[in-house]
Amino acid sequence: MNSKTRIIEVRENVFKQNDIVARALRERFRDAGVFAVSLVSSPGAGKTALLEKTLTLLRQQFRVAALVGDLATENDAARLARSQVPVKQIITGTVCHLEAAMIERSLEGWRLDELDFLFMENVGNLVCPSSYDLGEDLRLVLLSVTEGEDKPLKYPTIFNSADVAVITKADLAEAVEFDAVAANRNIQAVRPGMTVMSLSAKSSAGMQQFLDLLRSRRALAREMSTSQPANASAASD
Amino acid sequence: MHELSIAMSIVELAQEESDRRGGVQIKAIHLRLGLLSGVVKDALVSSYEMACEDTPLQGSRLQVEEVPVLVFCRKCDAQRPVHSTQLFCCSECGTPTGEVVQGKELLVVGLEVEE
Repeated sequence: MNSKTRIIEVRENVFKQNDIVARALRERFRDAGVFAVSLVSSPGAGKTALLEKTLTLLRQQFRVAALVGDLATENDAARLARSQVPVKQIITGTVCHLEAAMIERSLEGWRLDELDFLFMENVGNLVCPSSYDLGEDLRLVLLSVTEGEDKPLKYPTIFNSADVAVITKADLAEAVEFDAVAANRNIQAVRPGMTVMSLSAKSSAGMQQFLDLLRSRRALAREMSTSQPANASAASD
Repeated sequence: MHELSIAMSIVELAQEESDRRGGVQIKAIHLRLGLLSGVVKDALVSSYEMACEDTPLQGSRLQVEEVPVLVFCRKCDAQRPVHSTQLFCCSECGTPTGEVVQGKELLVVGLEVEE
C-alpha cells in the first residue's frame, strides 16, 4: 500500500477451531465404535421424517441415538422421541448451521460406547453447513423430489461436502413430474461417482436399501479402524 | 448467512497474531478464499467491516484472493482446474473427477502491518 507497511506472512485456517473439535469428535466416535451420520438439506426436504423412520427401524437391531439442530423449536426432537431412542435437541438460536463444538456439548452425559449409530440432523440450510466438519463418518445430503432436479447445480458446494445423496419423497415423484435421470446427471456433474439413493419415508420404498447402506458403511468403517493406525482416519472428507 | 461469524473469527485470529507480535497495528488482512469453501466473498467483505467495529482492527481492510478449484485427474495424472463448480471434470481431457485438491480453504495468509 505504502512504504510504511510490511506484510507478515501467516497461514491460519479460519475454520481451525471447528476442525480441531471435529477431529477430536471423529476420534472419539471411532474409539467408541459408534458410526456418526449427519443429514443436511434445505428446510422441508424430509430430514426429520427420514430420521424418524430410520431410528424406528434401526433400533430393532442396533443401539441408536440422534442429535437434531433447529433454529428455534424443539418440535423435531419431540417427533424423533416417538421412535423411542435417545434424542437431544440443539437449539442454535440465530446460527444457521451446526458446529462441532455444539455436537461436543450436546454429547455430555451420553456414553458413546453404548451406541452403534449416532445421527446428527443439521439445520435446514444448503449453504452454511458445508463449511463445518462435524466429525461425522458419513454425510448425507437430501434432495426431495418437490425441490427440482437442478438443486445440485445451484448448491454444488454442499453436494461436494457430502458422501451420499438421498432423493426423498419418492412417493410424490410422479405427481410433481420429477425427472430422476436429470437429477442424477446433475448430482454426478457436481460430485462424480456419488452414491445416490431414492426413497420414501412415508411409503417405506427404498428404506431397506438405505438401511443396508448404513449397515455396510458402518461395517466398512469398523474394518478400516481396526486395520489402520490410529492417526490415519482424519482425512475422510 | 454465516459470513458475519466467520468475519468475527478472522478478526479474532488476526488480533491474536497481532498480540503475539507485541500489538502491531494491522492495516489489512490477506485472505485466500476457496470457491468451494461455502463462503461468499462479497458477504464476507461487508461483514468484515461490521466485525471490526470497536476493535483495534477498525478501519482495516480485508483483501480477498479467490482460489480456484483444482481437481486431480487420474487419466492425466495431474492437478487440473475445473470449468465450473457445476461440472467437476478435468479441463484438459474432460474425465469426471470428484477428487478436490484445492478450493475448500479459507486461510489467513498475510497481515499488512505498520512498520
